[in-house]
Amino acid sequence: MALERLFRRNRPTRKEDDNSPAGLWLKCDACNAQIYRKDLVANLHVCPECSHHYRMPVDARIAMLADEGTFVQWSGGIQADDPLEFVDTQSYAERMEKNRQKHGRPDAIVTGGALMGGHSVGLVVMDFFFLGGSMGSVVGEEIARAAERAADEGLPLVAVTASGGARMQEGALSLMQMAKTTVALERLAAERLPYLAVLSHPTTGGVTASFATLGDVIFAEPGALISFAGPRVIQQTIKQDLPEGFQRAEFLLQKGMVDDVVPRKELKARLVAVLRALSGAKERAPREKLHAAAL
Amino acid sequence: MPLPFEKPIEDLEAKIQDMRRYADEQGVDLSEEVALLESRLERLKRDTFENLTRWQRVQVARAPGRPTALDYLTQAFAGFQELHGDRTLGDDPAMVAGLAELDGRQVVVVGQQKGRDTKENITRNFGMSHPSGYRKAMRMFDLADKFRLPVVCLIDTPGAYPGLAAEEQGQAWVIAESIRRMSELQVPALSVVIGEGGSGGALAIGVANRVLILENAIYSVISPESCAAILWRDAGEAERAAEALKLTSRDLVALGVVDRVIDEPLGGAHNDRDTAIALVKEALVEELAQLTHMSGERLRRARYERFRALGRFEAVA
Repeated sequence: MALERLFRRNRPTRKEDDNSPAGLWLKCDACNAQIYRKDLVANLHVCPECSHHYRMPVDARIAMLADEGTFVQWSGGIQADDPLEFVDTQSYAERMEKNRQKHGRPDAIVTGGALMGGHSVGLVVMDFFFLGGSMGSVVGEEIARAAERAADEGLPLVAVTASGGARMQEGALSLMQMAKTTVALERLAAERLPYLAVLSHPTTGGVTASFATLGDVIFAEPGALISFAGPRVIQQTIKQDLPEGFQRAEFLLQKGMVDDVVPRKELKARLVAVLRALSGAKERAPREKLHAAAL
Repeated sequence: MPLPFEKPIEDLEAKIQDMRRYADEQGVDLSEEVALLESRLERLKRDTFENLTRWQRVQVARAPGRPTALDYLTQAFAGFQELHGDRTLGDDPAMVAGLAELDGRQVVVVGQQKGRDTKENITRNFGMSHPSGYRKAMRMFDLADKFRLPVVCLIDTPGAYPGLAAEEQGQAWVIAESIRRMSELQVPALSVVIGEGGSGGALAIGVANRVLILENAIYSVISPESCAAILWRDAGEAERAAEALKLTSRDLVALGVVDRVIDEPLGGAHNDRDTAIALVKEALVEELAQLTHMSGERLRRARYERFRALGRFEAVA
């Protein structure tokens, strides 16, 4: 007990912006079991005791999805402007600079090309630890570029979402990223290239209401909160408690909104199986005139 | 009920009324005095409405008495025939749709409908649609595409409804689908923000070739109240949030989010509805004329390019 207490002190609290708990041990949020941190990481950030799915750092996510050593990064060449000169408790420019320093990337997203089970794909991974994975101009642009590049190179696209929604600090321009990402996906559709979406915890607001839910196939991770309006907003609107499990992945499966809830350790194999099943559409309809040329 | 900053205008109008009545009753000539006050009134209105703060514009955008979608559909258009239902789940009164003629040209119309009084506001859910409303809009997009008719959308919503049923029925899914469906239209599409353009719920019918906005309307990623609640943990800071969000018509033109501002009569659309409706009609007729000669593929491509280009960023140093 004394030893644990000693470690607890060093253990950072699990806050939204905390992607690197430094302690050796931590107590599972869901089952209270003491977990050796290395075991948690080795188990894809899933509690070995109760299978609670923790948020996954971007690098770990890429490592679990891409075949070893095949990921080539596309994103990273652009960073946020401050079109509104937005200031709340601190300026947006400062907030972004701090986040860039802390996370070592320009914004809340990484895209790139990779092999997945031998299939060449475009990969989009959102970073919830970077300003809540919020979507501003850069996140929208990187997604659009990834979709267009995938279309140009004849690759399917796989996107793993984790986001609080559109980024307030870029105002209506953030809202417009919902349309921008959506139109970019048309390019893939025109080429009959699969677009697979994986909704991880949490995926809410403008991201859910745009590219995240437009997948040809949509998988959700166990326990993930997936919503348009957040639970607190709904509670304030209807002034009553929300039902148990409301807006969670399993609930949405029941309501017919996602194709399946897939545990993390099975995720790659399931995605590869879908890629295998859906690829080759162009070869099956070689003479069909596609929209691609027009776009 | 005047808006808070309209009180001096209302007082002066009442004073002029009193003076006129007095002159009538007493049979005295006060025309010079009345003319003086009227010119002062004109100046006061101009000073007030030309210098509205962003928060005051939010209040004008939401003002009771401001023309609603149905007011435009029945007055700026001819022969409006409402078509109901989403053919799946029901009929959402917060979203109206149908067929109408605009200056002799047949079009498909979709509009978000707020109530014109408290009772209607409850029926219309204050203009906040459920998924059914967006499904209805998409049904209209299909109809327009099939029969090669232009689409005109009137945006006026605080946002898509954040409720239990709405979430269960896939609010996010239908908004995403509506954005996609509208972007792929092979016919001209125009959207006008006539009052409140509230976030994704507004954008769902806003993926048009040309996006217009009334002078005192607003269009925002989040309401000032919600923004304030999140950033300052105090909804009372809404005024500050409205400033920060840059959500007015002029701001949005500068950001490239909207293409054209439709001027409102002096004193705002809620004080001169007929003129406002006529100005919207005029702008729509002009805009539609610019699009009708374009091929379906070109219209779709233009929409792609318009929305693809939105955003501000810089190269990493």
